[in-house]
Amino acid sequence: MNLKTSTALSGCLFLCVVSVNAIGSDGAVRTLNMPAISMFLVFVAVTLGITYWAAKRTQTAQDFYAAGRSVTGFQNGLAIAGDFMSAASLLGVSGLIFVSGFDGLIYAIGGMAGWPIVLFLLAERLRNLGKYTFSDAVAVRLQATPIRSLAAAGTLVAVLLYLIAQMVGAGKLVELLFGLPFNLAVVVVGMLMIIYVSFGGMIATTWVQIIKACLLLLGASIMAYLVMSKMDFSFEILFEKAAAVHPKGRDIFGPGGLVPDPVSAISLALALMFGTAGLPHVLMRFFTVPDAKQARRSVVYATVFIGYFYLLVFILGFGAVALVSTDPNYLDSLTGLLSGGSNMAAIHLSHAVAGDMFLGFISAVAFATILAVVSGLTLSGASAISHDLYVNVFRKGDASEKDIVRVSRIATVVLGVLAVLLGITFQEQNVAYMVVLAFAVAASVNFPILFLAMYWRRLSTRGAVIGGSIGLLTAFCCMLFGPTVWVETFGFEKAIFPYKYPALFAMTASFSSIMLISWLDNSPQAKKERAAFDSQFVRSQTGLGAEGAAEH
Amino acid sequence: MEDLYQKINQDAEFHALQKRRSRFSWTLAGIMLATYYAFILVIAFKPALFAIPLNAESTVTSGIIAGLGVIAVSFILTGIYVYRANGEFDRETAAILKRFVGS
Repeated sequence: MNLKTSTALSGCLFLCVVSVNAIGSDGAVRTLNMPAISMFLVFVAVTLGITYWAAKRTQTAQDFYAAGRSVTGFQNGLAIAGDFMSAASLLGVSGLIFVSGFDGLIYAIGGMAGWPIVLFLLAERLRNLGKYTFSDAVAVRLQATPIRSLAAAGTLVAVLLYLIAQMVGAGKLVELLFGLPFNLAVVVVGMLMIIYVSFGGMIATTWVQIIKACLLLLGASIMAYLVMSKMDFSFEILFEKAAAVHPKGRDIFGPGGLVPDPVSAISLALALMFGTAGLPHVLMRFFTVPDAKQARRSVVYATVFIGYFYLLVFILGFGAVALVSTDPNYLDSLTGLLSGGSNMAAIHLSHAVAGDMFLGFISAVAFATILAVVSGLTLSGASAISHDLYVNVFRKGDASEKDIVRVSRIATVVLGVLAVLLGITFQEQNVAYMVVLAFAVAASVNFPILFLAMYWRRLSTRGAVIGGSIGLLTAFCCMLFGPTVWVETFGFEKAIFPYKYPALFAMTASFSSIMLISWLDNSPQAKKERAAFDSQFVRSQTGLGAEGAAEH
Repeated sequence: MEDLYQKINQDAEFHALQKRRSRFSWTLAGIMLATYYAFILVIAFKPALFAIPLNAESTVTSGIIAGLGVIAVSFILTGIYVYRANGEFDRETAAILKRFVGS
């Protein structure tokens, strides 16, 4: 399959999909929103064009995984912000604010607060030590085979959970907007992302992400402006109107029921902060810039964009309460709840403030957001399979460039298909919780091994692998037996593990077991690894011996 | 390369610089962690503290101001860090490297 045919194929498929339409999954006939569809098709056409251009420039593994290390700090900042401004942030967080008010802010602020930590403690050392994935930085002085296997497992679990959330968001959105069945929408997203990633690698993924970040910031800015213009640009009036119609009244401006107890609050906070610092698809972006200076710069830009974005989401969430929650046009006539669920609050709001055309634009942007984020996630997952597992574990580092890129493409297709199937399986879950679960895994596996490898001389392979696996297992079990999966998905009456957010327990288990086992490990291998700490330290601090930019 | 790393690692000036850098990074990280966890611990243990309106008429609560404060602190700290790291620290690192590897 070459690029041109597959591009044409996907275009045709997409058009067929659109023209079949009109009958929703519930059998109700819906009207087509032509502005939304045409704007989305323009985005698809542009991004496929970029993919075609990027495919020609993607020759080596360095191009495929790291965009030839030619991305600037500003561009990378936008791309990182784009990775972070997912459907879960736009639709999920504004939906949470719509339902719970202040509590929705906890997600926004937690996501924000992780960035400075990434900058102060990880970004430049990571850039100086790594090559394509964060596991490279961990494997500098630890044994490649075991540690990369663990890092790849941590990456894949986090990536798949995050992917599920994005896929569910995509399906719901298209179902509501285009009147298409959920499953078909998810398949279209899966196909497009496979094309972007497998042909255009990191170059295409980065540019798709940058374009989408600009569109999203523009769309959200306009919408927030329109909301505020209806409130005489006064937060007091916005809040007053929101409190007047919300069932909880003024209580929505203080902490409420979303975080039911102190343990959950702390656990959620840990997941958001250290999960941010362990998200593999974001960590991977630090290798696309030429040096540590640009890596630092990208975090500053990313922080500014993400902070600004969350301020907008904050306005949108309360704006939706004030303008959408009592308007019968946006409510389900049977239940009286928001049609399409609370995640659609921002989408309905766009219609309430500016009509059909703008609804079309915001819907197209939301769809583009999902596409861009799933592409980044898939690339990250594919790099764990191909670079970490195939090249470094299975082939012991002995693989040709051509071979590496080929395996990466196969991994991309496999992950894409898996994401589609999982997205369909988990369609009834709230997307924001799924993201928190992904964060818990990132915080309790990826972050501890990366952080300790860089900062703690005594860390040994044995400690990192056993302790990290315990962290992964703990996060997984807490999830499985917790309220989100055990009760909501499996339908059992009572959760075995009472808390929704596993990070506190998984991080404690992970850090304490890694440190204890490393401490007790006095094997010759552990001694060798400790002796190598000084060289690793000098490299991480000076950039001497770091992977440079492409030579071509 | 290995010898070079060892030589740099024994350099007094390198160590002095690393000490300053490390103290700087950890101080900023500490401020960030303290700010964020203060916010979270209030939500966890004293949620009523964040439900106080700014004044009798206002709907804006202390919690919303605190939340915006956390975002503002993140902005400011990242700005300070990059200003110093990309300027002073990078210059001094480059000067040390120059003694070992030439230009």
